[in-house]
Amino acid sequence: MKRAFVSLVRRDVALAVQVGGGGGMAVFFFFVTVALLPLGIGPNLNLLGQIAPGLLWVALLLSSLLTLDRLFQADFEDGTLDVLSMATLPLELTVVAKVLSHWLTTGLPLVVAAPFLGLLLNLSGDQFLPLVSAMLIGTPALSLMGAVGAALTVSVRRGGLLASLLVIPFYIPVLIFGVAAASSNVMPAVSTQAIALLGAVTLMSFVVGPWAAAAALRANLKT
Amino acid sequence: MNPMSHLTLTQRFHAFANPARFMALSDKLIAPFGFVTALLIGAGLWYALFNSPADYQQGESVRIMYVHVPSAWLGMMGYMIMAGASLVALVFRHPLADVCAKSAAPIGAAFCFLALVTGSLWGKPMWGTWWEWDARLTSMLILLFLYLGYIALWSTIEEPQRAGRAAAILALVGSINVPIVHYSVVWWNTLHQPASVFRADGPTIASSMLVPLLLMALGFTLFFMTLLMVRMRAEILRRRVRALQLALSEV
Amino acid sequence: MAEFFAMGGYAGYVWSAYGVTAIVIIALVLVTGLDLIAQRKQLDVLESDGARKRAPARPSGSKL
Repeated sequence: MKRAFVSLVRRDVALAVQVGGGGGMAVFFFFVTVALLPLGIGPNLNLLGQIAPGLLWVALLLSSLLTLDRLFQADFEDGTLDVLSMATLPLELTVVAKVLSHWLTTGLPLVVAAPFLGLLLNLSGDQFLPLVSAMLIGTPALSLMGAVGAALTVSVRRGGLLASLLVIPFYIPVLIFGVAAASSNVMPAVSTQAIALLGAVTLMSFVVGPWAAAAALRANLKT
Repeated sequence: MNPMSHLTLTQRFHAFANPARFMALSDKLIAPFGFVTALLIGAGLWYALFNSPADYQQGESVRIMYVHVPSAWLGMMGYMIMAGASLVALVFRHPLADVCAKSAAPIGAAFCFLALVTGSLWGKPMWGTWWEWDARLTSMLILLFLYLGYIALWSTIEEPQRAGRAAAILALVGSINVPIVHYSVVWWNTLHQPASVFRADGPTIASSMLVPLLLMALGFTLFFMTLLMVRMRAEILRRRVRALQLALSEV
Repeated sequence: MAEFFAMGGYAGYVWSAYGVTAIVIIALVLVTGLDLIAQRKQLDVLESDGARKRAPARPSGSKL
């Protein structure tokens, strides 16, 4: 069972890296969006520095939404998912494996890219560490809840947009706590509280996400 | 024996045994429910517009409350009905629960929308702005997003059984998330504006205002129930039409 | 009467709130009612269709 899990993660990561269109594309989108924002808001570095955590988080959410259809779509279309659903590995664990590889190939690269983009937005020096740690804690929740949206719409042709619309409400707590976590230079107590709450949201998503995504996949696989 | 007629017959017995009972019952209930609804809303309107005092702080604008507050209640109640019915649909596979959840969603969404619009119309004279990022308005907006996602999911998956299961899962996950979202929004709100906002429920409600409020709330609730029954009837008929079309195309 | 419609200066807000509510509620009722009528009509057509299609089949394959 453990071997099946590990090999599934390895396969998905390898596929995402080889085929492309995975993390690289999301990071590129992240970069482009962040570059776009000052053009819309104006080059005022003070203002940009103030709103940088919010901008970075929103851009990160949008970038990770873009990649949701990679989670199950291809495997659903070529029948791999049918095989996986009949394997000894419970579908819930299959979902966890897919979420893990999704996070490794999109969530993690986005978090790594975020501090560099923070430089572009004049993010103040003492906010880098709390922001990046908040993103490390929060991005798994994005992949977990994203899996629910992706699984629900897996049988819908071009379901990516619908999946994004379904998932956005579930991303709101992550956004709120994630941005607040980076406010350590103003309110240190709030920042630690926000990180703790963010962890709670991620744990909660870990409880709800795989179960709901697996149920949704079963509903969609049954013909 | 004709295989097709046999198929449709068992199909009907199997799938529509309960809905048939519902059809008979709702047929009797809709007219009296509609009548009481009209009475309650009529009386409520009379009190709300003519027979209740203006607020000493908010003046006549307080009359918006009598449509705003019941709409907000029903917007939330609609989601609870939807989530409860979805749970029953998933666990017990009761065919009516599925129909009920689907039919409740647009009504709930409409009331959610009304709560937002009337809240905005109330906020402009009271807060001086059309929109305040107040915790309750924000959660209501997110609730509307959840409703719209649910409705969109139903409309994109063609086969009703598959769509029903997917939508039920979404409604349940949503119902787990609603309190989390609400809590996070309240937390976020206190972070940014330390309780200086004018609260709509600030002045204590006088009993002369309670009468129209309760009448309207009851009227709106009964309206919700009546409309829900009518929508469920239409949905059951739609599924019969679909089943018949499929059966006929197989001949 | 004019005083009543003026709503103490809040006429625009109060009447548009009640107006929007009325419009949405009436629209809900209309959409639902029309949908019910349309489904019923379609069901009637299909059922008479089905009866006609079944009718010739019955006497020939009469193993009822």
